[in-house]
Amino acid sequence: MHPAPSVIAFTTLSGLGFGLLVFLGLGEPAVTGWTAFWFFLISYALAVGGLLASTFHLGHPERALKAFSQWRTSWLSREAWAAVAALVVMGLYAAAAVFLGTRIAALGLIGAALSLATVFTTSMIYAQLKTVPRWNQVLTPLHFVSASLAGGALLAGQITPAAVLLLLAGMIQLGHWRVGDARFAEAGHTLAGATGLGRPGRIRAFEPPHTGPNYLLREMAFVVGRKHALRLRLVAAVLGYALPIVLILTPGAGHALGGLAVLCHLAGMLASRWLFFAEAEHVVGLYYGRHGTRG
Amino acid sequence: MTQLPAHTDRKLGLVIDLDTCVGCHACVIACKGWNTENYGTPLSDQDPYGAEPSGTFLNRVHSFEITPETGAAQLVHFPRSCLHCEDAPCVTVCPTGASYKRVEDGIVLVNEADCIGCGLCAWACPYGAREMDAAAGVMKKCTLCIDRIYNENLPQEDREPACVRTCPAGARHFGDLADPDSDVSLLVAARGGFDLMPEQGTKPVNKYLPPRPKDRLEETDILAPFLEPVAETPQGFLGWLDRALDRF
Repeated sequence: MHPAPSVIAFTTLSGLGFGLLVFLGLGEPAVTGWTAFWFFLISYALAVGGLLASTFHLGHPERALKAFSQWRTSWLSREAWAAVAALVVMGLYAAAAVFLGTRIAALGLIGAALSLATVFTTSMIYAQLKTVPRWNQVLTPLHFVSASLAGGALLAGQITPAAVLLLLAGMIQLGHWRVGDARFAEAGHTLAGATGLGRPGRIRAFEPPHTGPNYLLREMAFVVGRKHALRLRLVAAVLGYALPIVLILTPGAGHALGGLAVLCHLAGMLASRWLFFAEAEHVVGLYYGRHGTRG
Repeated sequence: MTQLPAHTDRKLGLVIDLDTCVGCHACVIACKGWNTENYGTPLSDQDPYGAEPSGTFLNRVHSFEITPETGAAQLVHFPRSCLHCEDAPCVTVCPTGASYKRVEDGIVLVNEADCIGCGLCAWACPYGAREMDAAAGVMKKCTLCIDRIYNENLPQEDREPACVRTCPAGARHFGDLADPDSDVSLLVAARGGFDLMPEQGTKPVNKYLPPRPKDRLEETDILAPFLEPVAETPQGFLGWLDRALDRF
């Protein structure tokens, strides 16, 4: 799939923002007043900034309100509801914490649950797609949720939870790559099945419909070199998970090392999400002779 | 409404004969022409006369080469368009309700005024049937020429999809696949029509008919048995010359 910068920025930034909101809602840290103001400003900037970035890839962003209508079937619509509900509830919670100096714990818990639900709905937009076997697996929602919680704990300055969650998220990330690499073959999609021409003999894409590129090829037949992908996986694993753990567990680590850990994690997650899209193989590529499968 | 209807009164669709299709792309052009001039926003082109032309098409014809276990390789031309699936994954993912499946005839349509151009339906379609128009920013797809098939201003013979009407080989058939006695259903039954990517569980309405078995190459030349085999060893003067040269 085409690794569009808007969608990479959206899933990475809003994942971090909602992850931080989860911890703020749980009262970890239990902040009020100006400290709370800065924490909520960062979380809202990330969450809302990410959501705004996602509208850049829409053909008609001015009609975005219509996306709230189909929550019965559409994960994208459910995400819209979850995001607004989380932002409203956490907004009330934040207002009380910042201006009244009181934390309404129940409201915080609801807001934390809604924030987590938002990240889950985002992940399901991808995980539901049978057409992209690499995404169509249980580890996709687990990866999104664990990465968001790990980043949130890191931003919230919760050292021990952050270290544990980063380790867990890193392991899920490795699992997602490992399972993902085999998913296309496992799902049994071949050019023979895509064309129904499997029986007479070996089948090969001879000629595409047009000599030029098209929407399908640009959007769904992105190909990333194997060597390139492996190198980026290493970058994502080290910067996204391993290095932040080392940095925050360094004895006497203060705000400087903590900030560096956050930046490392962000850079690693951007690489991870770029790969999440770039490595994902859509079955339509079969018709164009992609994915190296033969009938 | 993106909830799929539990039942549609009819299942209008196409039956495409891969044995008859000659790969002329006339259906592609007829489709592009009709759907640019009629219902919905036009199917735009980008850089049409430049170095890298590209555009929106609702129907594209691939060509595949099949090498059988024995015998010569064959070329199969393969038109690819919306299959108007019974369990259409493109409809349920739509957040706005712009995508829907009609209860009366099962046609999958996009209400362009409600489309936000998020592209998720195109991702959900295994067949590459949906394309985002780069100029209009909305999703385009085959309408089964809904503005032809019910159009009372057209003569009866024109009330079928443009691709079917134009096909010079008669490789495309249009009809109700819910009716077991319709011409298209009988054709599917007689020729062993099949679904594309059945493992995706989309239950396509459109069916494809397989290429018929081809004549084998060695049987094609009826004059072959009457031809004299070429002489292996030269005779007469040439034979003497050949033997004489061999001695050196």
